[in-house]
Amino acid sequence: MSTTVAAAGMTSTGEAVQFWLLGTVAVVGALSTVLMRKAVHSALSLAGTMIVLAVFYLANGAYFLGVVQVVVYTGAIMMLFLFVVMLVGVTAADSLKETIRGQRWLAGLCALGFGILLIAGIANASLKDFTGLGQANSGGNVQGLAALIFTKYVFAFEITGALLITAAVGAMVLTHRERTERAPGQRERSQARVRAGEQLPPLPAPGVYARHNAVDVPGLLPDGTPAELTVNPTLRARGQIRDVSGEALQELAALEQRSAEWVEGGRTEGAKEARK
Amino acid sequence: MNPVNYLYLAALLFTIGAAGVLIRRNAIVIFMCVELMLNACNLAFVTFARLHGNLDGQIIAFFTMVVAAAEVVIGLAIIVSIFRSRHSASVDDAGLLKL
Repeated sequence: MSTTVAAAGMTSTGEAVQFWLLGTVAVVGALSTVLMRKAVHSALSLAGTMIVLAVFYLANGAYFLGVVQVVVYTGAIMMLFLFVVMLVGVTAADSLKETIRGQRWLAGLCALGFGILLIAGIANASLKDFTGLGQANSGGNVQGLAALIFTKYVFAFEITGALLITAAVGAMVLTHRERTERAPGQRERSQARVRAGEQLPPLPAPGVYARHNAVDVPGLLPDGTPAELTVNPTLRARGQIRDVSGEALQELAALEQRSAEWVEGGRTEGAKEARK
Repeated sequence: MNPVNYLYLAALLFTIGAAGVLIRRNAIVIFMCVELMLNACNLAFVTFARLHGNLDGQIIAFFTMVVAAAEVVIGLAIIVSIFRSRHSASVDDAGLLKL
């Protein structure tokens, strides 16, 4: 192969290294998007893949698209995804039970066949040499794109504007909820509370002791039993209430006694050393 | 390296995205896989623009991005409203579009 053909059909070694390194990252990110059980992990993997694709756009001479990819895809779209994941519940992981038997294997098989078909098609196409964007980008990439958008593709560009407005209105219509009945006022809500027999006055404060006045310590009732109601419901749900029964208090007292003895012992030893 | 390798990468990413749409049942993750497929197409468009030496492929990729942004807004709004009525984002539970 002569050097001119090599120059026309090849890219620089640096780009090859970049392609193989970042291409691996992109494929790993795509695979973990599919395989991670939690939606948040999938979203973050996909954001990584999209950043790698932005670098590839830059390497392919699409400078404007590379920046737009970072701003629009990783900046706006993936953050929108994360917002919705937070709304729907971060902890909700997919159940692994298959509703259609053997669906996963069949899907994998289909994907494999499809991938082989695509890659074989590309391999059969005669794409031996390439033109490169040197001439097209000579007046600047953004200027070239702008000239095309506002001449050849101006109609598509205007329809895009209509599409974006429709999407904005559609999102508002879909997420807006019309209230069908009057909202309950203060009187109705207090009456409902009394009827349901809920706690009417404010909740009692958590424990206030000489040693424990943290919010995770329940206050004690007159008979000495801890009142669970005094602890924040979030902590109650997590089971993070500190035990203040006699046993735990005795353990703590013993620990403090030991540490006090240890400090005392260290001090007297230090004094002995000083005397020597 | 021949830039055709970018096309192979785009095909691989598209295939992975398609497999994800078939395998996963969380509506949000399915949607992310659709985004992955769109991105793979964009990579192919940008690579073809370089192969042919004109900017038309980049324009198409740009329009794809705009359409993807509009699609994400509507799709996520639908997912949120379905989640509100069914308390689940799994596509198995949403057998009917009726709320």
